[in-house]
Amino acid sequence: MTALLEVQQITKKFSGVTALSQVDLRLEGGKVTALIGENGAGKSTLLKIMSGIHTDYEGELLFKGQEIKFSRPKDAQDMGISIIHQELNLIPYLTVAQNIFLGRELVNAFGFLDRDKMIRKTKALLERLKLEVEPTALVSTLRVGQQQIVEIAKALLTESSVVFMDEPTSAIGESETAVLFEIINKLKAEGKAIVYISHKLEELFALADNFVVLRDGKVVGQGEISAISRPMLINMMAGRSVKVIKKSNKKSSKEKVLQVKNLQLTNPDNPSRPLLNNIHFDLHNGEVLGIYGLMGAGRTELCESLFGLHHRRMTGSIELEGKEMLFKNPIMAIEAGMALVPEDRKKDGIVPNMSVGKNLSLSVLEQVSSYGFLNSTLQTTLYDKYVASLKIKVHSEEQLIKNLSGGNQQKVILGKWIARSPKVLMLDEPTRGIDINAKNEIYELISQLSQSGISILVVSSEIPEILAISDRILVMAEGEISAQFSSEDATENNIMNACIPENLTK
Amino acid sequence: MISIKKKLNIAQFQSLIALFILCLGLALMTDNFMTTDNFWNVMRQISVNVCISVGMTLVILTAGIDLSVGSILAFCGAVTAGLLSNGISIPALNLFIGFTVLGAVLAGLLVGGGLGFINGYAITKFKVPPFVATLAMLTMARGFTMLWTKGHPISGLGETFGFLGTGWFLGIPMPVWISGIVVVTAIVLTGKTRFGRYIYAIGGNENASLLSGIPIAKVKMWVYALAGILAAVGGILVTARLDSAQPNAGFSYELDAIAAVVIGGTSLSGGRGTILGTVLGAIIIGVLNNGLILLSVSPFWQQVIKGLVILLAVIIDKSNQKSE
Repeated sequence: MTALLEVQQITKKFSGVTALSQVDLRLEGGKVTALIGENGAGKSTLLKIMSGIHTDYEGELLFKGQEIKFSRPKDAQDMGISIIHQELNLIPYLTVAQNIFLGRELVNAFGFLDRDKMIRKTKALLERLKLEVEPTALVSTLRVGQQQIVEIAKALLTESSVVFMDEPTSAIGESETAVLFEIINKLKAEGKAIVYISHKLEELFALADNFVVLRDGKVVGQGEISAISRPMLINMMAGRSVKVIKKSNKKSSKEKVLQVKNLQLTNPDNPSRPLLNNIHFDLHNGEVLGIYGLMGAGRTELCESLFGLHHRRMTGSIELEGKEMLFKNPIMAIEAGMALVPEDRKKDGIVPNMSVGKNLSLSVLEQVSSYGFLNSTLQTTLYDKYVASLKIKVHSEEQLIKNLSGGNQQKVILGKWIARSPKVLMLDEPTRGIDINAKNEIYELISQLSQSGISILVVSSEIPEILAISDRILVMAEGEISAQFSSEDATENNIMNACIPENLTK
Repeated sequence: MISIKKKLNIAQFQSLIALFILCLGLALMTDNFMTTDNFWNVMRQISVNVCISVGMTLVILTAGIDLSVGSILAFCGAVTAGLLSNGISIPALNLFIGFTVLGAVLAGLLVGGGLGFINGYAITKFKVPPFVATLAMLTMARGFTMLWTKGHPISGLGETFGFLGTGWFLGIPMPVWISGIVVVTAIVLTGKTRFGRYIYAIGGNENASLLSGIPIAKVKMWVYALAGILAAVGGILVTARLDSAQPNAGFSYELDAIAAVVIGGTSLSGGRGTILGTVLGAIIIGVLNNGLILLSVSPFWQQVIKGLVILLAVIIDKSNQKSE
């Protein structure tokens, strides 16, 4: 039997970094294929190639046995390939019907929009999905879960033969999930090929016929899902042959710098599912505490909450050196001795059109001022100090930071906080998008800083990274801390096992 | 290091060359352009726009906009003039307060700063987009002006006050002195103070600024207040020069100010630009206006040409950015 869609030896590189390496995949009609892998394993990249979003790759795509080359997403849609993205792609101030028919509006004999027909069709579609909203309701008035269903409806409007679903249940409740599963089974019975991505392994066991496991851009296992168990799957996802160098066993201090008790953060989109729930932990003096979790587990929200960014939605207590703190904004947190290197460097870290020198001094301007005026000599002194100690590769103080490599940008951001000598340094994905040499330098730096007495909290979605740098590891899942390991007990398998939420379906 | 510094000033360098060519052309084509009288005439005319444009530059550097400066200029000029000629009298309390020139000028500046602060407050506390908040202020301040003046000019303000607009000091007209002081202060403020650095950071990346501990709301409120104060300075200069506060003064001046800022190479998306560039932009517009009048170009064509210059300036600036 020929596959509906077939991927042959696909390799994809992003500026030299290999995201996918010689991947083969066959999608057959009437089958649900589970695509599995940890963050950054290449799932989304593969999906984007198959749906015409990435058009620059090596290897071949075959549709019903014929070689095809998409040059834009519309080409894939026209072939009958539709994709339900993890992020919502709806326009909030258009109605449900207008969103569903966006770009493929129906017109009457005079060339005007046939509103009635579109509403009728939408109504039928929504009934099929058991979504009780009016086709004329504005999308902005819908709950996130309902919006997700509209997204699904959009994909089902065209008669697709291949449907990709990227974490479709991440935002919806149990009853909606049950409806979705019904629909998927119906589509399956109609002979369509479905690719299902989810971190919730239970869902995959309930739905899928086949599985494909990706790791570091390679297919490391595939077959029928009935022939495999949960531990075996986890093993495949995590199992690396790379030996992780454990840190030299330094004596860890028992002195608590930061104590977090019963931290809770409400979710503005869905009050019944808090973003953070019941978070308790301590951070000891000079310790590196690693926080691992899948995307959406609440890691970034935790850092942001400790930095005064969600003051109004947060409850619970934060104690810094034994003193109860109420951070209403980042200024208060910074003054108390907190520092945050944010996850998204471009969006939240750098001021792109400012020079390296100015970015570096941005949070310590009082240190480079004399008599109330900025002093360029002092700024140069600061610049020289950190360029040397952090080994930042830069032409001059005046070079714009946007022209540095990601690793060097990150070092500037780190330097900006080290200059304040913080008590607690939070690093959210400190090595994302950074080449391997700069990564190692940053690991080295983290270790030095912790030895100098700064307490460090590192969020990462790379298990080897967490294992390499942490003295202690917290694992988060669904906004809660699901496990805690000392660096001796932590292994890839038990971390992986703890981060996958259990018993969410049924 | 030297080469990078040169690169950063490319916009100013181009503006200077454009200005030079403009002056050269006008000197060859007209008899009156290269005269001392005309020089000071142009400088005096420019000084009002320079004051407003400096305030506008600060606002635009934070990625905002201030449409209300023309109306604030009119209202503050009228407040100063009204206090000078009539003072405040409250018949019910049998109270009359007279104002000296200094008192009236300070009151005008205070009103300008206050209205600017209201702009900043609406923008930071209620998250009203700057375009909308200052558009509302444009309408309101014009309304206040009409109410205050009852639609009639306020004239007869005395010689001391008039000196501010028409007087000379050490061979230089007073308005040029005043706008010069404004420019120098602003250059120091933007280049040498934490406040100035914060302005650039907020416009360059507001998220990163927030996470760096910059008091964004405070900085923005001050920036809009300063824009209001500088509009008031402009209003006082205009009123003093004419010896009269006109209810329709400053009409569409905000557009000239935005034009000067844009020609000077400041990015409307914030974070990039200089006070010096804006001053050059204001001078180019002033010289162009003067030259077109000397060449007896019809006022209708003058507008078309000014529009084209603005467009050209931005296109050149965009291509500069690309080559960077």
